Amino acid sequence: MTRPVRGDAPRAEPAPPPTGRAAIDRNGPPLLEVRDLAKHFPVRRGSFGRVRAHVRAVDGVSFDLWRGETLGLVGESGCGKSTTGRALLRLIEPTGGDVRFDGQDVRALDRTGLRALRRRMQIVFQDPVGSLNPRLSVGAMLEEVLTVHGLGLPNRRDRAVELLERVGLSADHIDRYPHEFSGGQRQRLGIARALSVEPDFLVLDEPVSALDVSVQAQVINLLQDLQAELGLTYLFIAHDLAVVEHVSDRVAVMYLGRIVELAEASALYAEARHPYTRSLLSAVPRPDPVGRASRSRIVLEGDVPSPIDPPSGCPFHPRCPHPAKDASCRGIVPGLEGRAESGRGGERVGHFVACHHPYHGTPAP
Amino acid sequence: MTQHEAAGAAKSAAKSAAKSAASSAATAAANSAAPSAAQSAARSAANSAAQSTEVEPLLAVRDLRAWFLTDQGVAKAVDGISFAVREGETLGIVGESGCGKTVTSLAILGLLPNPPARLMDGSSVSFRGQELVGAEEKRLRALRGNEISMIFQEPMSSLNPVFTVGDQIAETLRLHRRMDRKAAHGEAVRLLDEVGIPEPGRRVDEYPHQLSGGMRQRVMIAMAIACAPKLLIADEPTTALDVTIQAQILELLAELRRAHGMAVMLITHDLGVVAEVCDRVIVMYAGQIVESGTVEDIFVRPAHPYTRGLLASLPSVGTPGRRLASIPGTVPSPLHWPEGCRFRARCPSAGEGCERAQELVALGDGRAARCWRVGT
Repeated sequence: MTRPVRGDAPRAEPAPPPTGRAAIDRNGPPLLEVRDLAKHFPVRRGSFGRVRAHVRAVDGVSFDLWRGETLGLVGESGCGKSTTGRALLRLIEPTGGDVRFDGQDVRALDRTGLRALRRRMQIVFQDPVGSLNPRLSVGAMLEEVLTVHGLGLPNRRDRAVELLERVGLSADHIDRYPHEFSGGQRQRLGIARALSVEPDFLVLDEPVSALDVSVQAQVINLLQDLQAELGLTYLFIAHDLAVVEHVSDRVAVMYLGRIVELAEASALYAEARHPYTRSLLSAVPRPDPVGRASRSRIVLEGDVPSPIDPPSGCPFHPRCPHPAKDASCRGIVPGLEGRAESGRGGERVGHFVACHHPYHGTPAP
Repeated sequence: MTQHEAAGAAKSAAKSAAKSAASSAATAAANSAAPSAAQSAARSAANSAAQSTEVEPLLAVRDLRAWFLTDQGVAKAVDGISFAVREGETLGIVGESGCGKTVTSLAILGLLPNPPARLMDGSSVSFRGQELVGAEEKRLRALRGNEISMIFQEPMSSLNPVFTVGDQIAETLRLHRRMDRKAAHGEAVRLLDEVGIPEPGRRVDEYPHQLSGGMRQRVMIAMAIACAPKLLIADEPTTALDVTIQAQILELLAELRRAHGMAVMLITHDLGVVAEVCDRVIVMYAGQIVESGTVEDIFVRPAHPYTRGLLASLPSVGTPGRRLASIPGTVPSPLHWPEGCRFRARCPSAGEGCERAQELVALGDGRAARCWRVGT
């Protein structure tokens, strides 16, 4: 179960980090430590009804995130990836587990403590329209954030201009309203607002999913530039596997509220070990019409089961195409196991998989 | 920008009006007796005979111009496009939001509400030799759902929430194929089975909200193929679906296409989907076709700077780390398409000569690109 990934297998030299990305220091303590995070939503019947059941949206998620790193969180709708992002910031209250940010116990904070924390942890949402007040000009919006957090009272407007320029907009935009901007520009505004309090850590919740391809590339490049300049740490939540591979140092794959695989991006994409990850990767349509005939594709059957009553044992077992599927898959929940790889990136990063029969080696093309 | 929004609003109004028209078309085409099997066989035989002498496409669109007359001015959403769909092929129409791809498909089916939309003089849509522009509503109804059918991105808004899916499929069958209640119900179960819905006998009596997104799209597909159409127009059929479900639906469409010999016109913004399933591809930008060719031409040897820009801005699985190329600026508003080449302001190779309006330049083998530089 804990056999290491073939560490000595010939592997392409890791590509040089784009745009001179700051090195990740994994020798110190992680910036963010998440242990057994859970969020169960009660399901009630009627207006005064008893709690009938729980939606186990997030059901025991653990990971570490180091300063300057990008962790990609992927999965299909309803897998709990957005809920995880929000629970970390306590935008929704977790129902279990621990979250430590820079050594601080996030779940123990009171209102004042939480407000102070939010200066360091921010979030950018998928739909910038829904998260920008239509009645506030861009300048007013940014100044409001600065006021709320008690930052830069005398020169708030200068700071707002500086923020706009940082995200690729101009000082001329400061008196405009959100509806006057295109989708890509609105997403830049969302990023400017998140950056206004000079955070260390950003949860990026599907930040480019609503954008057209050409604009999506602009925003991805902006996020990478900002990370390099400001030393930001990202939790990048998305369903688009190609985008996630592009931006992430490590990637976690979620299914029904749990992480099923967690590894460095290059390892996860080249040598996925969980049957779900392999299916997911093989389902991604690729812009390569020449190779399409020769590619073997795993088409999963059925839909994701309901998180109200998840399957027993491994939550993926009803859809799992693995030939070795057996009674333990149906009866025992597999833990996220693996061995830390030595060498690259220190001892603390490895390839972890929650599966009784993980694959080894490179999948068929 | 406010004008941009207004144009967008006009478009979405057009879309929703068209959708309700489409669903009522599917159901209200009472006087459209389906051609008997013998008739259609004879017709397709005649058609293939015609093909051997002169290749007549299934659908031929010529100089289609669909303009929206709005309070802010004329939005030239589709501005002079010509293409053909051949029998049995999958044609992809790809482009970013606002390029006119959806309006094109609605115009083909005569589903654009007038006003605000108008098909300008000279626009022609011919299906198996019949002109559809200006055709009587009765004749269009007979065609829609029977010989041409359409599926949309969001199946929930095309399905009626208060009827079971079986009733909705059966209604199509009773109207278009003149089946009695019992036979239609049986055929609905068979169709659900054909589109891969497990336990079709039970699912047939369920309501749309009881089904997942992927299942609903399967139900829409079952309805669309109920009358064995020659052409299926699929407008972003998998955009709202997860990637594993998308793979299922794309596979289903490919199977059905093979089994029924139907042509598919696939409209999408997703270049990956196009590369997976299409035979030929049309790339649209600012209401015009900027490039057309086989799927290999478009992806391996793209000619137009816009196509090249789109492909370069795509992060792809297997090539991480590279900084993404991006196309600067944004798509212009249909109320004010730029003069000359419409891509000029965003084009890396724009220069002298690009201020003139660009024609599609034929590149041989059925390829074409709207850029004077590629021909020279």
